[in-house]
Amino acid sequence: MTEVEQFRGELVEFLDRDLPAQLGELPPPTSDYWGGRRPELPHPQSRRYCELMAARGLTAPTWPKAYGGGGLDKDQARWFLAELRRRHLPLPLVGFGLSMIGPTLLQFGTEDQRREHLPRIVRGEIRWAQGYSEPNAGSDLASVTTSARVQGEDIILNGQKIWTSYGDKADWMFGIYRTDAGGKKQEGITFLLVDMAQPGIEVRPIRLISGASPFCETFFTDAVAHTRDIINGIGNGWTVAKALLGHERNMIGDVFGAGAGARNKLAGGNPLAELAREYVGEREGRVADAVLRDRVAQITMDERCFALTTQRAADQLKAGHKPGPESSIFKIYGTELNQRRHELMLSIRGPQCLGWEGTGFDDRELTQTRDWLRSRGNTIEGGTSEVQLNIIAKHVLSLPD
Amino acid sequence: MQLVLTEDQALLARTAREFVSGSPPIARLRKLRDARDERGYARDRYARMAELGWTALPFAEADGGLGLGLADLVLVTEAMGRGLAPEPLIPSVVLGGRAVALGGSAPLKAAWLAPVIAGDKLLALAHARRTGRFDLTRVPFRATPAGGGFRLTGQATQVWGGHLADGYVVAARTAGQDGDPGGISLFVVAAGQRGISSERQVRIDSLNAAQLTLEDVEVTAGDALGPPGEGHPLLTRVIDEATVALTGEMLGGMTEALDRTLAYLRERRQFGVAIGSFQGLKHRAARLYIELELSRSAVMAAARALDEHAGEAAQLVSLAKARLSDGYLAIANEAIQMHGGIGMTDEHDIGLFLKRARASEMTFGDAAYHRDRFAALGGY
Repeated sequence: MTEVEQFRGELVEFLDRDLPAQLGELPPPTSDYWGGRRPELPHPQSRRYCELMAARGLTAPTWPKAYGGGGLDKDQARWFLAELRRRHLPLPLVGFGLSMIGPTLLQFGTEDQRREHLPRIVRGEIRWAQGYSEPNAGSDLASVTTSARVQGEDIILNGQKIWTSYGDKADWMFGIYRTDAGGKKQEGITFLLVDMAQPGIEVRPIRLISGASPFCETFFTDAVAHTRDIINGIGNGWTVAKALLGHERNMIGDVFGAGAGARNKLAGGNPLAELAREYVGEREGRVADAVLRDRVAQITMDERCFALTTQRAADQLKAGHKPGPESSIFKIYGTELNQRRHELMLSIRGPQCLGWEGTGFDDRELTQTRDWLRSRGNTIEGGTSEVQLNIIAKHVLSLPD
Repeated sequence: MQLVLTEDQALLARTAREFVSGSPPIARLRKLRDARDERGYARDRYARMAELGWTALPFAEADGGLGLGLADLVLVTEAMGRGLAPEPLIPSVVLGGRAVALGGSAPLKAAWLAPVIAGDKLLALAHARRTGRFDLTRVPFRATPAGGGFRLTGQATQVWGGHLADGYVVAARTAGQDGDPGGISLFVVAAGQRGISSERQVRIDSLNAAQLTLEDVEVTAGDALGPPGEGHPLLTRVIDEATVALTGEMLGGMTEALDRTLAYLRERRQFGVAIGSFQGLKHRAARLYIELELSRSAVMAAARALDEHAGEAAQLVSLAKARLSDGYLAIANEAIQMHGGIGMTDEHDIGLFLKRARASEMTFGDAAYHRDRFAALGGY
């Protein structure tokens, strides 16, 4: 038996016998578990499921074993994810530790920093937040002013971050701070990790037009961080910040790309067409309203084309091509597509899309309307579409500044 | 399905690109246009393309071909699209040649395939009439039984590559009426036959197209491609293949038009700076680039799906043609706008891309036609 066969055999044994034996009921595929010191449990077994997987490094399959990861190569990791999907199991753990700060520490962290932080991410012990945007530094991120003053081994933080995703649920924050206010604005920025459980940090949720509060404001009043948690040295944070934004765009692109891909296996029914049939009926086997039918086809085709493009990018990477500007393309197109899909669903539902809560509207209608409102943020968060267009214009099309 | 080029395909793409750019292609098209050249393309260029093996790409080895498919052919048509090359590769090889290869008897294949692959003879497909728009059931010719065969009468319009062609695959109705997929038959007729006349049509894109008139042209059962009355599936398959080859050409045209526009944005100066530094233009250019990337995925997927006879092939063909029809026009329109005044002159080449974009859109179905077909195939 080859090494790969042995590895796969053991893993199948673990998934098919050990997991069910130890957990009884397994979490359903929709239950995202974010971990942390005060974890929310989408399913009673979510935490246990995460821990059992983490013990084998399977929450971070491709990270090195030295930091608690699975040490798998990309092929093995793909195989593992396919095995999870086949069994209708969720990812054992999600979050910004795995998707953003982890890869960044692997790229920029010192050995001590990796050993300190990565294993705790793998085990789901710490939930991370991102401290980037400020009230006056959104698209112009390098203008951050939240100050970091070094005082011996300590760093004193003062100022305000905004749009901190799930900040009220997070334990640690990675972010960028101003250590030098003179000179070029990109040069006085330091990338820093800080424990949020302290009196100098206050987090307040922001209520969005959808009624949900996925973002927070974070206030720093003489909050304390430590010099050992500076990544890539004082004043060298901008490089780290940009690399991390790449990881973030990839993650967002993946989310929308995978969604479009999953929806667009052409075989099987088309959920948009089904919805249209439900609200406008059909005539001779076709959606009765010709304009809505055309829009359903257009969105379905656009989603399929987007899924094909994410597949092409992945196929090219596998074939050894260098990664191109995919992340910006996926961010723009994927988020706009999601908005257009929601807008079409509103059109199909007609006045039934107007419910906020209560009588006369069913759960799907109410949920979709909130999702539509939330989707307006997709083209703003994680780098606006306009900033992504600037990136393409500059780095791909070589248009002058 | 892998959406990536093999090494051989990358080499083919490079060779095709070098060949097309080797003789200043757009100047060539302009010259043929201004001289009102009857043929509308260069015989020696087409012969050279045959020597390079491109006319043999989609045919089985048993038929004298290379046994490859559309995934390769679209690389050649893409290069042709970049240079607006007018040679009739798609009409003769895909529309005519593939129809004979898929539906022809051994004698028909023996008579036509070798010379078509060698580039010595040209075939064209006459399947559309002036009032037919994109509907493949509204065929141009009427067939009435005569002796053991049929007499064909009618008129086909805009037969691509059809002027001075050596033979025609014609779509005729042997039974039924417009709207019926049944009752359509395909026949091969040679150009010299009594009762056939073709007249060169002049289109905005300057490509060779002909109005083909048949008056009581006699055909025998031996001239038929497949069983009489059952030609519609074959016609659909051949049009699908040609559609994908055309989307390859459109992709090349989009790429070239955008490249030329980007070069102009970098060099043209107003208000003391390059106009490409204006965000109002940058963002539009970046969106066109996204459109181009999505279009490339669609073309590659459709070509591979047809080659592999995938169940969703027809839907992917419509996906590609709808996307490329809209995308090529969007890029060509913006290309003229961003070139400003010079862009609307005949002297500048950029307008030729708009003309080809519109002609391509109207060939084998526009975006709305293909959205409708995509939806129908999807069961809604």
